[in-house]
Amino acid sequence: MQTKPFSDIVFNQYLEQEKLMGCRCTQCGALFAPPRPICIKCYQSELEWVELKGQGELAAFSCISIGPGFMIQEGYNRKNPYCVGVINLEEGVRVDARIEGVNPSHPEDITVGTPMQVKFLHKPFGTGKRTYLAFQPLE
Amino acid sequence: MRKRKLGRNVAVVGAGMSNFGMFKEKDSKDLFAEAYGEMIASIDKGFDPNDIDALYVGNFTSDIFINQAHWGPIISDLIGVTPRPATRTEGACASSALAFREGVLAIASGFYDMVLVGGVEEMSKCTTEEVTEGLSLASVPYEQRVGFTFPAVFGAIATAYFAKYGATREDLMNVTIKSHKNAPLNPKAQFGITIQNLMDAKIDKAKRMGNPIPQWENEKDFLRDPRINPSVAWPMHLFDCCPISDGAACLLLVAEDLAYNFTNDPIHVIGMGQGSGRGLHAADSLTSFEATRRAAQEAYSMAGLTPDDIQFAEVHDCFSMAEILHLEDLGFYAPGHGYKAVGEGLTALDGPKPINTSGGLKCKGHPVGATGASQMVEVWTQLRNRAGKRQIPNKDLRIGAAHNLGGTGGTSTFTIFERR
Repeated sequence: MQTKPFSDIVFNQYLEQEKLMGCRCTQCGALFAPPRPICIKCYQSELEWVELKGQGELAAFSCISIGPGFMIQEGYNRKNPYCVGVINLEEGVRVDARIEGVNPSHPEDITVGTPMQVKFLHKPFGTGKRTYLAFQPLE
Repeated sequence: MRKRKLGRNVAVVGAGMSNFGMFKEKDSKDLFAEAYGEMIASIDKGFDPNDIDALYVGNFTSDIFINQAHWGPIISDLIGVTPRPATRTEGACASSALAFREGVLAIASGFYDMVLVGGVEEMSKCTTEEVTEGLSLASVPYEQRVGFTFPAVFGAIATAYFAKYGATREDLMNVTIKSHKNAPLNPKAQFGITIQNLMDAKIDKAKRMGNPIPQWENEKDFLRDPRINPSVAWPMHLFDCCPISDGAACLLLVAEDLAYNFTNDPIHVIGMGQGSGRGLHAADSLTSFEATRRAAQEAYSMAGLTPDDIQFAEVHDCFSMAEILHLEDLGFYAPGHGYKAVGEGLTALDGPKPINTSGGLKCKGHPVGATGASQMVEVWTQLRNRAGKRQIPNKDLRIGAAHNLGGTGGTSTFTIFERR
């Protein structure tokens, strides 16, 4: 079977299957998530898919009162903010994600450094659906 | 990094900008014409528009906000220089700094002698939600996909900065208060009012209307009030964010050896840098922009100067957090010390290194595609001692700089100017 392209499209398809995938350079061992088609450490393109554990810590976050249309459609607004963040994964790479399991109306209670685990959010999107990469505090 | 130099030197001999604000009765062409008119009036010995060899115009969002792209030929027709070459540049909120850079490089190469550079943006005809979504086009795909907005990227950076250095929201308020202090001295500014005066006006209004009188102790207390300063993307609140603005700015560049044909007081481009950066997920730091560090390094190296040599600067304060980060990335203060410097008044108009004497993006306004050029207009005005009430009280003002950022750290430019 031919390896799937190291693309955002495939990365998002894996999310639908509840897999957080990155890619590793078979030459220099550099790890990337989301994937890249070209290794930016050694500049070659021999890569392989690797599944990530989906654990890490909250590196940065924001609670958003004015979001884009697709978040407004989900019911988020000035009275009902949502949280997004950046996660430092155990494997040493970083991803952007929606943050669940916190109260975005009380951002002062959310702490950088909180241990987090992955959660796959399946939501309606336009006329179809979309899986979002999300993280929540480790139980 | 190789020390860069221009094939031949370039000087600015004219500069102008429109008023910045929300103008229902003006469109992009009106705004550019206003800036261009002011620029022409600023050229001491006059000039013939037929001598303009080429035009570079920065613009970011018109495609989606007003359904119009392809600004090069529209502006060349507006000012009557068709069929000269006219090119639009796009680098998000750094679009017109890229126009400037292309203009300088084109003259330095020897290809042109005189180039008009500038930028224009028209944003106020959209809702806040539409503008927020439109601007997020310039973030990286992974940020957009999970619902990050521009303010949220800088909000997230702020949480990382707070955790690393112990700064708080209160420290960010010092940036806002400073910008609001400078803006009333700038007749072009969108918000020409100090926080104190804004607070007093609200109290007066409450008294007039017979409403309960708000009990704010001081400017920071006012900014703490969520009714006045609601969260946009926590910890970024309304007063941490630049406004939605319309405006235009432009500058006339000529080969240095021709500059004295137009003025006895040209401003010389002595350092120029540009860098690119990655989104939050791939950045080398969450509290520093690689693109800005690169741009600064390139410009300092070309000018043979250090950060201490920069007497004043316009710095891209799209958000309060951004100004602090850039002060550090440009080398003005050590990492983790930018917020302290602002708090100590070091960047005030009468401080040792005035920053954003124009009122900055926060108060002067941020018509994104015009911002980079307008920052340079401010530096030019200060260096020529024409800044009126906001003139920096340093009798030997010689070196100023402008820093412009596009996207969430994706594009950054730093330009150093000298008056001789």
